[in-house]
Amino acid sequence: MEFFDRFAVPHPSPLIYASMVAIGLTVMAIILGITYFKKWGYLWREWLTTVDHKRIGIMYIISALLMLFRGGADAVMMRLQTSVPDNAFLDAQHYNEVFTTHGVVMIFFMAMAFVIGLMNFVVPLQIGARDVAFPRLNAISFWLYFAGAMLFNISFVIGGSPDAGWTNYYPLASTDFSTSVGVNYYNWALQISGIGTLMTGINFIVTILKMRAPGMKLMKMPMFTWSALITNIIIVFAFPVLTIALLMGTFDRQFGTNFFTSVNGGMDMMWANLFWVWGHPEVYILILPAFGIYSEIISTFSRRNLYGYNSMVSSMAIISLLSFLVWVHHFFTMGHGALTNSIFSITTMAIAVPTGIKIFNWLLTMWKGKITFTVPMLYSVAFIPLFTIGGVTGVMLAMASADYQYHNTMFLVAHFHNVIIPGVVFAMLAGLTYWWPKMFGFMLNERIGKWAFWNLAIGFCLAFFPMYITGLDGQARRMYTYSEATGFGPLNMLSFLGAGIMAIGFVLIVYNVYYSFRHAPRNVGDDPWNARTLEWATHNPVPEYNFAITPQVDSSQAFWDSKKHGYQLFKDDLKDIHMPNNSGLPIIMAGLFFIFGFSFVFFIWAGVILSGIGILACMAYRSFEKDDGYHIPVKEVKETEEKFGGAKK
Amino acid sequence: MKFKWALLSLVFTISTVLIGCEPVLVLDPKGPQAETTANVIWLSIATMAVIVIVVFTLLVIILFKYRASKQSEDYEPPHIEGNHIVEGIIVGIPVLIIIFLSVVSVKSTYEVESVPKGYEDQEPLVIYASSSNWKWHFSYPEEDIETVNYVFIPTDRPVEFKLYSFGPITSFWVPQLAGQKYAMADMVTTLHLAAEVPGEYMGRNANFSGEGFAENIFNVTAMSQEEFDTWIDEIHATAEPLTEDEFDRLLEPGHLGQMTFTGTHLDFLPPPEGEHGGHNHGPSESESPSHMEHEYSDHEDHEHHDHGEHDNHDSHE
Repeated sequence: MEFFDRFAVPHPSPLIYASMVAIGLTVMAIILGITYFKKWGYLWREWLTTVDHKRIGIMYIISALLMLFRGGADAVMMRLQTSVPDNAFLDAQHYNEVFTTHGVVMIFFMAMAFVIGLMNFVVPLQIGARDVAFPRLNAISFWLYFAGAMLFNISFVIGGSPDAGWTNYYPLASTDFSTSVGVNYYNWALQISGIGTLMTGINFIVTILKMRAPGMKLMKMPMFTWSALITNIIIVFAFPVLTIALLMGTFDRQFGTNFFTSVNGGMDMMWANLFWVWGHPEVYILILPAFGIYSEIISTFSRRNLYGYNSMVSSMAIISLLSFLVWVHHFFTMGHGALTNSIFSITTMAIAVPTGIKIFNWLLTMWKGKITFTVPMLYSVAFIPLFTIGGVTGVMLAMASADYQYHNTMFLVAHFHNVIIPGVVFAMLAGLTYWWPKMFGFMLNERIGKWAFWNLAIGFCLAFFPMYITGLDGQARRMYTYSEATGFGPLNMLSFLGAGIMAIGFVLIVYNVYYSFRHAPRNVGDDPWNARTLEWATHNPVPEYNFAITPQVDSSQAFWDSKKHGYQLFKDDLKDIHMPNNSGLPIIMAGLFFIFGFSFVFFIWAGVILSGIGILACMAYRSFEKDDGYHIPVKEVKETEEKFGGAKK
Repeated sequence: MKFKWALLSLVFTISTVLIGCEPVLVLDPKGPQAETTANVIWLSIATMAVIVIVVFTLLVIILFKYRASKQSEDYEPPHIEGNHIVEGIIVGIPVLIIIFLSVVSVKSTYEVESVPKGYEDQEPLVIYASSSNWKWHFSYPEEDIETVNYVFIPTDRPVEFKLYSFGPITSFWVPQLAGQKYAMADMVTTLHLAAEVPGEYMGRNANFSGEGFAENIFNVTAMSQEEFDTWIDEIHATAEPLTEDEFDRLLEPGHLGQMTFTGTHLDFLPPPEGEHGGHNHGPSESESPSHMEHEYSDHEDHEHHDHGEHDNHDSHE
């Protein structure tokens, strides 16, 4: 029995037992359901082994939505716990685990996955490619992400969750102060999914640089593709830092090294530096694709070309450079003196300039336009004022002397949610609604979508604006409770109400998917939004080969030009289409990685060695495998195109 | 459109509430350092409010004027590439604002990182504030007393808090007197402040440090120099001396009430500064300030025989 003792949860509570039962029942229900409907074969052939960027994108988005609800449940629990003074709904340890997992899940497994999912689906279509450069690598990326996410999520019920905050500062995260295996989970879950993200970064850089349609020069790429290119460049530079930092943390915790200890020459401050050298660019990895999505949507629904294309591109490039030069602002209070803080204060504030350019460019895109308020546009229009508030509070935080008062308080919490929710989350929801017909061939219901939007927007304001005030009043973040004398009670209650309204908004989104799936008309045509960019030049939903004929492009809004100015997109004749084969290897490898990570978390060396050998064997097998893909003959392409209502001209 | 008004009225309500209630701690300073930060905060709020108002106004006008329902069926928006003058303005004005705020930021950062203005020629009161899970220990080396979870300071005199930690990174924060600074296990950081109004102030650890973090608070009481001196004398007359065993018990994780001792733990457990710093392990005998070599040996293994001398070393920041 001693072997199994390690898997016990160190701080059990009814909530955890309930989650265990819920997880068990859900897994069983899924397995039974698939078996009952005899869908295993379909699932394996069409989804689990797919290398199609569109399906991988959709799987990323489904996972991201699942994680959104996991992290959202954490958020509601936190707001409930702090809604009244001296609340006893969660104890301190439990609260610590909840806010740690909330942060990790939302950043790594929700936001990242959502961003990468949309990039996966949209980018190859926007550049007129048949797939990404390395389709199988793409599948491995997804499955590694998924393995990491699942590994992280079982920590709650097996062995205990990490409890040192999503920033995981040492020495708090060391074995001296964090004795459960929670932080091991943190290290390995992020390590495994981080490797996947790094491969995505390489994959998309190559895809965008090498696989654009003929005529699409760099400065003729749609803005979302530009944002994706810059984002992936940041990924490739930033993620190796995280990889190494996590590895050093693993060595400290599991092999007794002293990288981040405060004795024996270790340095706890080094973790904070490495973490934020990755962590600050990470912020832009999330927000730049959001900027790209807003650019597409605002331009489409203002019926105007994007104002200041060149300045949009260069401001993103400048942001990506500056993003690596500001990490110290996350710990101005560490005591490195006025000079260092002054330098990083100025570099941080400098980011406001390119960001401001973008805000004004969006406003100028709407200027003289013809604005229709669809659901994606509502999110984009709400984004501008809310993100402006988030941005200016960012400038306030960048002033080092003032930051000594904001640091570690609810003011900071309000600020970063103020940029991440209207910035990233709204963009993802807007993008999902916008590209939904591309993915599934029907539209999401506008009426329910608007209800969801208003709930989210109003709920957001109620939930987070009060935090600016409580922060200035001395409420530190991550406090599981506070006394009545502090006077934080009423505003925290307001936050909880806001969180509740947001939760209703998210439930409405799920209901909208269900409702639209049942009732939405399926004959929306190929261009339901009157859009401008290339991805709308093919059918809805997109056939597996994307474009029957490779388009030829002459501007950043080639599809608009073809509609309005009679530009010919498809000049060639139909040819056989070369496609990559599906492969089971990625999911098998990710499964082995999961076992590897899980075994490592619990020091089960046999599992580590066996799964390690398995991973290497998979890689060796792949090296000697001969797989040239297959061809779709012209006849079949023609038939498919007929089915979709005739070949595109 | 409805949304705009909802948002504006919300912002309005919040600001009314903010003004209506008693001022929040950070904006109710009781000393020069906190006053500097409060002024910077007000200044930045005012500057940023201008930007927010400009963006909101533009947005409302544009949404109102160019919405499709207000335009004729056949209106076709023009193709506009961009304009150098417009782009010059949207770059130029933010640059000017950022330059202005940078000057303010740099100037005020230097201010709060040094001895409070007007107090330069007074001798500061030095207090070592060290955190352990989840308490604060305040050692007065000159006065030779030590308190737990509360600290008395004289008004109108500069106070130099020397911060370090016996565990995770913590952040020393008394919102009404000064901004935060980290306390860490391997070095000593310095926080300058002064109190100008007598009174009791809330102080806490603001950096998450584990299970007992929420209750990791302390009280700061500012009083006149005479009252402060009387208090010191009283303690010397009444309090028990702090022994090594007693201090080891204090370090155990948990919460303690307020406690008072004569003597300080600095005598038997020197702070991590100078030769005791986590990154500056010179040989203990060497008193030369110039030795730069790093010797990676266990901090705990050092034997400390140099009672009382550590106060003379500068903390290395």
